[in-house]
Amino acid sequence: MLKRRVAIQDFAAEARLFNSRAVVAILFVVLMFCVIVYNQYKLQVVLYQDYQTRSEGNRIKVVPLAPNRGLIYDRSGILLAENRPVFSLELVPEQISDMTATLAQLAELIELSPAQQDNFLKQVKAQRRFNSIALKEQLTDSEVAILAVNQHRFQGVTVEARLSRHYPFGDLFTHAIGYIGKINTRELQQLEADGEAANYAASRDIGKIGLERFYQRELHGTMGYQEVEVNNRGRLIRVLRSVPAVSGRNIHLGLDVGLQLTAQQILQQQRGAIVAIDPRDGAVLAFYSNPGYDPNLFVHGISSANYNELLNSSDRPLINRVTQGTYPPASTIKPHLALLGLETNTITPTTKIWDPGYFMLPNSDHRFRDHLRWGHGWVDVYQAVMKSCDTFFYEMGVKLGIDRISDYMSKMGFGEKTGIDIHEESSGIMPSRGWKRARHNQPWYPGDTVPLSIGQSYWTTTPLQLTVATALLLNKGVLPTPHLVTAFSDDNGSEAIAPVLTRTIDVVDERNWDVVMDTMHRTVRDVGGTAHRAFVGTNYEAGGKTGTAQLAAIAQDAEYDAETIDERLRDNAMYIGYAPYDKPRIVITIALENAGGGGANAAPMARQILDYYFAAGVNHDE
Amino acid sequence: MNDQFTGNARHSRLATFHIDTPLLLGLLALIGFGLMVLYSASGQNMAMMKGQMVRLGVAVAVMVIFAQIKPQTLKRWSLPLFIAGLGLLVAVLLVGHVGKGAQRWLDLGFMKFQPSEVMKLAVPMAVAWFIASHSLPPKLWHLVVGFIMCVIPTILISQQPDLGTSILIATAGVFVLFLSGMSWRLIAFVAALVSAFLPVLWLFLMHDYQRQRVLTFLNPESDPLGSGYHIIQSKIAIGSGGVDGKGYLHGTQSQLEFLPERHTDFIFAVLSEELGLMGVLLLLGLYLFIISRCLLIASRARDNYGKLVAGSFTLTFFVYVFVNIGMVSGLLPVVGVPLPLVSFGGTSMVTLMAAFGVIMSVGTHKRMLAAP
Repeated sequence: MLKRRVAIQDFAAEARLFNSRAVVAILFVVLMFCVIVYNQYKLQVVLYQDYQTRSEGNRIKVVPLAPNRGLIYDRSGILLAENRPVFSLELVPEQISDMTATLAQLAELIELSPAQQDNFLKQVKAQRRFNSIALKEQLTDSEVAILAVNQHRFQGVTVEARLSRHYPFGDLFTHAIGYIGKINTRELQQLEADGEAANYAASRDIGKIGLERFYQRELHGTMGYQEVEVNNRGRLIRVLRSVPAVSGRNIHLGLDVGLQLTAQQILQQQRGAIVAIDPRDGAVLAFYSNPGYDPNLFVHGISSANYNELLNSSDRPLINRVTQGTYPPASTIKPHLALLGLETNTITPTTKIWDPGYFMLPNSDHRFRDHLRWGHGWVDVYQAVMKSCDTFFYEMGVKLGIDRISDYMSKMGFGEKTGIDIHEESSGIMPSRGWKRARHNQPWYPGDTVPLSIGQSYWTTTPLQLTVATALLLNKGVLPTPHLVTAFSDDNGSEAIAPVLTRTIDVVDERNWDVVMDTMHRTVRDVGGTAHRAFVGTNYEAGGKTGTAQLAAIAQDAEYDAETIDERLRDNAMYIGYAPYDKPRIVITIALENAGGGGANAAPMARQILDYYFAAGVNHDE
Repeated sequence: MNDQFTGNARHSRLATFHIDTPLLLGLLALIGFGLMVLYSASGQNMAMMKGQMVRLGVAVAVMVIFAQIKPQTLKRWSLPLFIAGLGLLVAVLLVGHVGKGAQRWLDLGFMKFQPSEVMKLAVPMAVAWFIASHSLPPKLWHLVVGFIMCVIPTILISQQPDLGTSILIATAGVFVLFLSGMSWRLIAFVAALVSAFLPVLWLFLMHDYQRQRVLTFLNPESDPLGSGYHIIQSKIAIGSGGVDGKGYLHGTQSQLEFLPERHTDFIFAVLSEELGLMGVLLLLGLYLFIISRCLLIASRARDNYGKLVAGSFTLTFFVYVFVNIGMVSGLLPVVGVPLPLVSFGGTSMVTLMAAFGVIMSVGTHKRMLAAP
């Protein structure tokens, strides 16, 4: 019965029931829409700035632009380091339908090693399809020409040019200019520590040694950038803004290509260094260390075979002999010591001593021998320098004592770095009591002072140090800081570098300068002077001093015989010189390893350099 | 019943073809707006536009055809359709075509067919048929039977696996039970039961990728380049649109393809970015108009079957809208539901328009029957 009654439906009640549910439903729908609107409001109004920023961050990428590295010129404007376009063969995988066929066709045109192809295919897998990937780098001119002619046959194959450092003179300037190479991890950390890393975002290379390293900041320039719009795959859509890079500053050197070539030619296979500076301002005119090496090998990463060859060569080409080679100065420092003798009244211009061919300390029978076995007889300071009498200086040195020698020579720059504008520099050794105690844990004996007085025993100098100390004599007490770079230039003009001149010595008697200069002048001018023969017939007046450094200890009564002694133990030949005599514009040092006597071997080379210097008029007009 | 609208409808020629004019206008406005957004979202791809227009044409035609079928006829066919649908679901599980890692398609030789689309209509229709064959409010055992009718196809579809669709189908059935006057106390009880069921769902029924989606939803930044990428880029697109938007065709997120699935599931983000909050309000307005109109039609339907079917279809339509917008704007996990009538894509659009056809049938045939 009940069932029957229910079957007669109460339509009105059912409709009311449905309608109430429909009302609930529509209210729910409206409520949910309000939730959506509220959420939209939150995202699009409240957090709008946030999302706006993130959206811009998505689409805008900053692409750094590397600046062109500054160029390097010699003193007459000859290019020593340039940026040359190197060509590489690049392929865009996206545009190439059949990679295997394309590679095969390219291999018919130019030489492609399997290693190059494998490396390329690896890159293709690793990179995005629309990126241009290098197949072969450093194409030769003929390869570029072949590819240019066949360009039309290939889709997505291009020859790209980019700038790469090139040193047209090869090994001629290596030790001065140095080279650049790829930035390594340690250098990157240093750049970050210096706050410079951001400026290197697009740079691949950095100066490794020499001027390229010392002037890295000036040569590098300032990075530019492009703001580009990219899509989700990083493909460039358009350039929004572009700030060009500012090229590095060019640097101009005091070095002269002609002097360098002369130095290279006269040294040939001889290990050694030739350095010349202008004593008036410290500008370096010649800077050559032999043997050198080709810096271009390092620019694209040197092969380990080549590098090992350089590293293990017994001629040690990687050593910069001008600033890192430390040699006993030998007799070349006699003028310097003579000044000290005169200044301290240990000697006077007229003091004479008897040279029997040897010197003995009191209460000792050890003979310190003169290079002239039978002695020079009576000699004054002029004779002693000119003929390089050892006994005179033994005696004077002992009277001076180590302390006065060490102090005074330090003021002339011995035992100190010269402060030249490359980092590769040694300080040499100017021995003192303290030094010997620290180094050998021994007291200083009087017997140590004797060989020191002729620039032997512990005393070592670099050729550059010797040059600067000689310049000090010419400058009457003013020590020039040597510098390879004389000026910077860029689009806005050039800026000369002010010379750094420091007075380190004040003399008691100004006339002493003239005495010292005179001794060096006579060495060249007068018959019997150790450098006289080398400078016969010059059309300029020069001064100088020879030196011969013993490397092997010779027994008391034995004779030095170059023929019987091992080549590497033969004497080093040294020479310091300058010209013109009255107003010196160039001061030069020659250091030759195991070459023999300085007068016979080093002095003639100095003459050839000076001959060229005057013939070419290197810095005459200054 | 003699309100302003029936007056208008009588004068409308469209009424002859059982077309509800306001609903049609609302749908056409939405479709037009959607095509405009799609033009931009597809990257101005004319081939895609053409495909979408053809599909829309077919879908409108299907709607018109369904509008012609009398509600009584539909009611008669509800149960057979439901049973046939179940058979097809079983068939899919046995011989179904595997697409995108899921067995959803049945290859009929000349076309691929997704039986779950049929069930979107068949489940609410069958449940409505059963409930409406008794007086309202339904008794407990009616509800239990109705509920079972919802659950069986849900389980079958979730095995395909297609969790999103299965839940939506279950929801459509449950909406019928809700609209039929199921007591609030029972609703609260079922809600509690569902809550208790969630851990079971998480542990045993969900696949890894589904769990991942939920985890990503809870913290999208945890995996910004992986599964969180979609939702992060989508929120950036929406947020950076601001009030006015970046301008039609000028959305950087969408045009530069930072936004994934920009023409399908995430088209709402394109709209938000290019047309801003204003565009969003316009879209929501259109959806609200269509939903309101449909509920009005349902409440005016003469018989319970029509009311329940029309009401259920309407609410299901709303759920699509809400779930899509919710997932695109980060309110809900990503479940792969398209934005109705706007997203690019086929089958579901036809099903949807068929449902609107049924609603129109319910709305228009009622008046004809009511006329003396």
